[in-house]
Amino acid sequence: MTATTADHHDDHHDHHPSGIGRWLFSTNHKDIGTMYLWFSFCMFIIGGLMALIVRAELFMPGLQLVTPHFFNQMTTNHALIMIFGAAMPVFVGLANWQIPMMIGAPDMALPRLNNWSFWLLPPAFTLLIGSLFSPGGAPAGGWTMYPPLSIQTGMGMDMAILAMHMMGISSIMGSINIIATILNMRAPGMHLMKMPMFVWTWLITAFLLVTSIPVLAGAITMLLTDRHFGTQFFDAAGGGDPVMFQHIFWFFGHPEVYILILPAFGVISQVIPTFSRKPLFGYSSMVFAVAAIAFLSFIVWAHHMYTVGMPLAGELFFMYSTMLISIPTGVKIFNWVATMWRGSMTFETPMLYAIGTVFLFSIGGFSGLMLAITPSDFQYHDTYFVVAHFHYVIFGGTITGAFCAVYYWLPKWTGHMYDEKLGKIHFWLTVIGMNITFFPQHFLGLAGMPRRIPDYSLQFTEFNMMSTGGALLLGLSQILFLYIVMKAIKGGEKATDQVWDGAEGLEWTLPSPPPAHTFTTPPLVK
Amino acid sequence: MKLVRSFNASRISGVILAYTALLFGALIASPAYAEYGLNFKTPVTEIAHIEYDLHMLILYICIAIFVVVFGVMFYSIYAHRKSKGSVAAKFSHSTNAEIIWTVIPIIILVTMAIPSTEALIRMEDTTNSDMTVKITGYQWKWHYDYMDHDVEMFSSISTPRAQIENKQEKGENYLLEVNNHVVLPINKKIRLLITANDVIHAWWVPELGAKKDAIPGFINEIWTKIDKPGRYRGQCAELCGKDHGYMPIVVDAVTEEEFEAWVQKQKQG
Amino acid sequence: MENTGIASSNRKTSRWLLLFVVGMFGFGYALIPLYDVFCEIVGVNGKGIQIDTSNQSLAINRDRTIAVEFTGSIMGGLPWDFSPAKKVFVHPGETVRVAYLATNLASTDVTGKAVPSISPTKATRYFIKAECFCFNNQTLAADEQKEMPLVFKVDNDIPESVKTITLSYAFFRAEETEAGDTSS
Repeated sequence: MTATTADHHDDHHDHHPSGIGRWLFSTNHKDIGTMYLWFSFCMFIIGGLMALIVRAELFMPGLQLVTPHFFNQMTTNHALIMIFGAAMPVFVGLANWQIPMMIGAPDMALPRLNNWSFWLLPPAFTLLIGSLFSPGGAPAGGWTMYPPLSIQTGMGMDMAILAMHMMGISSIMGSINIIATILNMRAPGMHLMKMPMFVWTWLITAFLLVTSIPVLAGAITMLLTDRHFGTQFFDAAGGGDPVMFQHIFWFFGHPEVYILILPAFGVISQVIPTFSRKPLFGYSSMVFAVAAIAFLSFIVWAHHMYTVGMPLAGELFFMYSTMLISIPTGVKIFNWVATMWRGSMTFETPMLYAIGTVFLFSIGGFSGLMLAITPSDFQYHDTYFVVAHFHYVIFGGTITGAFCAVYYWLPKWTGHMYDEKLGKIHFWLTVIGMNITFFPQHFLGLAGMPRRIPDYSLQFTEFNMMSTGGALLLGLSQILFLYIVMKAIKGGEKATDQVWDGAEGLEWTLPSPPPAHTFTTPPLVK
Repeated sequence: MKLVRSFNASRISGVILAYTALLFGALIASPAYAEYGLNFKTPVTEIAHIEYDLHMLILYICIAIFVVVFGVMFYSIYAHRKSKGSVAAKFSHSTNAEIIWTVIPIIILVTMAIPSTEALIRMEDTTNSDMTVKITGYQWKWHYDYMDHDVEMFSSISTPRAQIENKQEKGENYLLEVNNHVVLPINKKIRLLITANDVIHAWWVPELGAKKDAIPGFINEIWTKIDKPGRYRGQCAELCGKDHGYMPIVVDAVTEEEFEAWVQKQKQG
Repeated sequence: MENTGIASSNRKTSRWLLLFVVGMFGFGYALIPLYDVFCEIVGVNGKGIQIDTSNQSLAINRDRTIAVEFTGSIMGGLPWDFSPAKKVFVHPGETVRVAYLATNLASTDVTGKAVPSISPTKATRYFIKAECFCFNNQTLAADEQKEMPLVFKVDNDIPESVKTITLSYAFFRAEETEAGDTSS
């Protein structure tokens, strides 16, 4: 697909508020995208610091730095901040920047809603982080908030529930906006089956969000009324059932996992063809695979709760349905490899990150398949094996996918090439740090270390030390990322419009950096 | 302070060894690294054996697929690079290839699903048990009720606070020692009824392959039949509040005679 | 012209999606009764115990004997002690009466409530109660000891594989007293 008109905008009717007002009242998709990206980076750093506190405490057996209660607050908030503050917003930021440019739209469909959905996030996370300073501290019952433990928590839990409602509303508004944009704002000729994969994955992700987030909202509302208003949804004494919460939570929680990973898949599907200089292999099967993954994500939730005492038939059903997910996921991985096959590859930082994502995500995918097998999951469940698994998926898949996207599109956004050499160093530091941190956790889990414990028996010492060392490396490497991005914003080699010589798509027909308003007259897609 | 330093020194070589172990990840079964616990503990019940065998089977299949897929990918990365003069081909789909890599995984999944299903059915069969022990999780201790023997007891961590606070050298079974051990006879099918008093806990002893959530208000059941006398240690596996890391489990598997003697002693004491 | 067309379809799309979001929020709540129905069908967590107060006698199958065990737990906050009924051996169809003995250890009136749970779950649906103290508030005076009777039978259709049934009661402090204690 190529645009016949390299659109030259006219912004004579436009007024740019300057200073803080530009950001506070902005309805421009690019500005809002930028704010999302910076916000998620801040959360990434805060969540990362919490992870470092956790890792530091786990460096040696015994309690050295924090109390067990504070440790639990750190693990809980690390998860909530990373998932809702870093991993989700970073892709909403990318969607804001890229989707209008990729489908030839002038802006998002509902610009004012867009502004609101971003500006809900800072107060939401202020509230969440503020709960650390509330009497009784922040939620400490794990990000899954299982009752009755979460009923015991102090008012920090209520603050977190309110914060999560705000994040949820923000996500829902963002998703409605993305769906409306993709369905209604495409340039003439941009049929659904011609859309770039990143747009496809986001369309499906947005549907996952509007389907699952309201269910989470329901679950935490029930939790809130159980805590304060005398309902007994999750209390056996009143005819309720604590396991019920787990069912509702994971009905949201499993699609959530795909909400985190699918846009990253979309990014990979843009980047690999670019640097292989070859079209994406099996475009339509990729689309169907994403749709299949999304559908299956709603019928696998109870694989997170094999040990709650489900009937045999239930365990079998969820085992089979979970195993099924590996088929569309496999199709995607095979298609990426086939895209590289007999290409003409170069390995700039985005490509390195794309390959890294495929590789690391696959490790998480395989351990996921192992976890799907109910009988052996009885051993893995709630151990560090699970921790290793989901960090390979969420860090190895989502976060490296986000890095991949930033390096890929940064020259377009800033008009400057980033420092390629430093980019590559950042890649290797991140990947090595990530593996040193999380690979040993597989062994810890298999050998029997439960997750969410502040202290452990002596046999686990070596691997924990290693993991902490890796975490420090991983954390420090991100300062380099900040430096690289700042440097590219300030200046550097001028980027061409196409940036990468294998890049195809509407966004590459625009100047680098693109003017504030693009495609005010829709391009024609052949 | 001195204590910490000597502790560090003894561990550093361990870390180096463990790094080496990582590099040779394939050596998972190698006894040389056994002390670092790279894999499941030696199973001592039929269920734990089933879990172990299934775990190894799936692991090997996964490693095999991984090697093949990434072998192809890294070959491609090596061979099809622009710097080596590779010119991009134009193909963008191949129905045959796509059918093949959908069908083969399905076949592999079926071969995984069959033994898994059999295993699960075997594990869920709690009938014909010889005795029943009811286990109740509390914040943060366990209660055991031998329903057929009129014996009951609480069991809580016995590792001294001083060890946890690094004021005293840590013992060999740091954090995995309790005041009252759960004594169970070997070669008997024991039904474990698991519940909780306050929040959700999970009773887990890796060597027995037994893990089940303890849910307040409801009972869950599993079974175990221990083959070998010995002392098996486990922990609570479900976050249950601040001392979640401090509610270990110690099972003493003994012969039937020793068990009877223990029961008598408990009744008198 | 075209712009207003897009604007109206954007409004339409968002209206539909908003409606869908509200629907999904409701679906979250609908999962509660759905889950209860599911539990009753498969017998999870004591839901699905049959209640039959008609005292209709069933055909008694003397060829099978099933052990029925009784246990229970006192949940936090309830100053009671109890002793469960002794294990009984019953034929399917036979009506049996047993009793739990509950003691109030406090020096005030305390109201409690018992929630049943049956293991194995597949036996739940075949456990028929004619008289039970469960789910009803039971008030014990200070130091009072009270017998809590349970009359039940096991259905003839109970699967062959079930040889032992365990009935467990969780005794909770009843809501009224709790509310009285905590709210002011």
